[in-house]
Amino acid sequence: MIEKRITLSQGGGGEETNSLIKKLFFKYFDNEVLLKMEDAAVLSMGDGKIAFTTDSFTVSPIFFNGGNIGKLAIAGTVNDISMMGAKPLYLTCSFMIEEGFLYDELETIVKSMGEELKVSGALIVAGDTKVVPKGSVDGLFINTSGIGKITKDGISAHNLKSGDSIIISNEVGNHGACILAKREDIELDMELKTDCTTLWPMIEALIKNGVKIKSLRDATRGGLSAVLNEWAETSDICIEVDEDKIPVADEVKGVCEMLGFEPYEFANEGTMAICVEAGEEEKTLKILRQFEKTKKASFIGKVSDKYKQKVILNTPWGSARYLEPPKGELLPRIC
Amino acid sequence: MQLDLIESFRNPEHIKALAKLIKKECKTKINVMEICGGHTHTIMKFGLPQILPDLIEFIHGPGCPVCIMPKERIDHATALASQKDVILATLGDMIRVPGSKTSLQKLRAEGKDIRSLYSPLDVIKIAQENPNKKVIFFAIGFETTTPMTAAIIEQAIKLDLKNLYFHINHVSVPEPIDAIMSSGDSRINAFLGPSHVSVITGYGIFEPIAKRYQTPIVVAGFEPVDVMEAILMLVRQFNEKRCIAENQYTRAVSQKGNTKAQNLINKYMEKRSHFRWRGIGDIPSSALKLKDEYAKFDAEIVFDDILPKEPIDDHKLCICGDILKGNAKPFDCKVFGKACKPSSPMGSCMVSSEGACAAYYKYGKFSGRGLK
Repeated sequence: MIEKRITLSQGGGGEETNSLIKKLFFKYFDNEVLLKMEDAAVLSMGDGKIAFTTDSFTVSPIFFNGGNIGKLAIAGTVNDISMMGAKPLYLTCSFMIEEGFLYDELETIVKSMGEELKVSGALIVAGDTKVVPKGSVDGLFINTSGIGKITKDGISAHNLKSGDSIIISNEVGNHGACILAKREDIELDMELKTDCTTLWPMIEALIKNGVKIKSLRDATRGGLSAVLNEWAETSDICIEVDEDKIPVADEVKGVCEMLGFEPYEFANEGTMAICVEAGEEEKTLKILRQFEKTKKASFIGKVSDKYKQKVILNTPWGSARYLEPPKGELLPRIC
Repeated sequence: MQLDLIESFRNPEHIKALAKLIKKECKTKINVMEICGGHTHTIMKFGLPQILPDLIEFIHGPGCPVCIMPKERIDHATALASQKDVILATLGDMIRVPGSKTSLQKLRAEGKDIRSLYSPLDVIKIAQENPNKKVIFFAIGFETTTPMTAAIIEQAIKLDLKNLYFHINHVSVPEPIDAIMSSGDSRINAFLGPSHVSVITGYGIFEPIAKRYQTPIVVAGFEPVDVMEAILMLVRQFNEKRCIAENQYTRAVSQKGNTKAQNLINKYMEKRSHFRWRGIGDIPSSALKLKDEYAKFDAEIVFDDILPKEPIDDHKLCICGDILKGNAKPFDCKVFGKACKPSSPMGSCMVSSEGACAAYYKYGKFSGRGLK
């Protein structure tokens, strides 16, 4: 009798994670809201709608170039709320701390959480602290949950239609490559920095300027590839993107070449894919490019009916291939 | 970091220009085997068959070190890793490959200490930091990675490490090529020679093969411009009726190769009498083992009593053998993409990302010639 056990690949954010969620969690937590599989749940309460989400952070190493686990824990949850067109308002926060963790390091982490909260104006209004014996967790794990008020209704991963345009807000793969390079001690003579950032100000600007947003998706674990494939599947459409329009930093290309990864599968922590109605591309890009963290935004492709539930990557020399959803042991503990 | 080496070899204008020249000059049917899995990956990832004339057909060779590992040797890895107080270290995809009963990935989930390394030299550090554990390096790869293993052995001797052992699965390129060409039913009439293997061995090792089988060989780099240029060189060999080993990858490969690395290998390792290749079968002198004087490092000798010996064949529906010989394509297989997927491979070619089936699954699920 072979015992089934959970493997790392089931937590990678790729195909195996989806399968675990659908086969196990949906089996027992079956309800309409959850089954929508959005970045945050949309709930009707009183006279308005709210977005509600949760995320746990286990990143290793805890400190990395351009951020730390705390900054990630705030930006990650705030971004998931923002992806539903909701203004992030209130967060809860749980710390699971390993006995012996340095106080000063914890303070640095909490301080950066405080700073990141200021970007969106969200508040931490409840929390929990657990300290566990050495070896029970690796340093520090953080969970954050949060709610936000939906300011633009109808943003959903189920909305994409043929003719819509796809925009990416920044270079892809920076966070994944940064963590991997630090973990594997890869010395690069150029700087590789996480893209970790709060995206609410950019989304607020898009909404205020009346951009016709169809859907927003935070390209975290599984990267751009996972996001595009999820869209293709949930909206039953085809997405065609041009490889030469997807911005990728030279450093990220370098790490990918050395270790055999694809930048499209690397996690991002402050980079979103945006689907807008046709004709809205220029306006979207103009607004995004006013912000430092999204100034490299690019219009990468269109929604079509060509091959439903598939993502096609067109090369600049006239060939094409499917961009498959990432699978396998991508990178454990990337966020 | 210098990226010119990547970007200029992915230049769309160069790729298109080469495609045009190939189309113009190619007059004969060329069934070219790309020996190395890295090339299979490049060809599929960059969609090269779509911009080449139908006269050029790629046949995917046996050059993926994980794919060619027979199940009984994967069972060696899982048996070694299942022991008490053992740390098993290996490279990349080996972790995922299922043996006859379990995989290293599953064993790790059960709590066994299994490390996946990017830099093989890390194994020295692991051995030093864990003096009370037996550290076993499950060494895989073609000529490319063999010098690294030899360098680790040299370090281990120098540092007098008593707890580091080696399970050697290093294989070489020319022998399986001989086996495929002399089997009589092969359609191959040209070869794309491997990039990194040739950096170590030199392109000279392919000269006898070109001569013996009257088959043009061009050693090529891994970028799309490299592969396209090499195809053009093959086309010209056909047009000029030449059958020689040529070198496209001149920025890294010489005729004699890295002799220092070759000497290091020869110092510690020697040919095995034979090695069983998954999908192909027994091939004489196609792999290496530690020399007798280093037996105390040899995991196959030290742990002999726990290692399974019986050969285990792939599932009878699996046609990896035919794919590796160029007599079938992944799409010809009944279980491809259905029962056999990268997440649950039945045959060797689906196992590693460099395997032909895995590359077809990922990049061209329905056709290497285009999306259908």
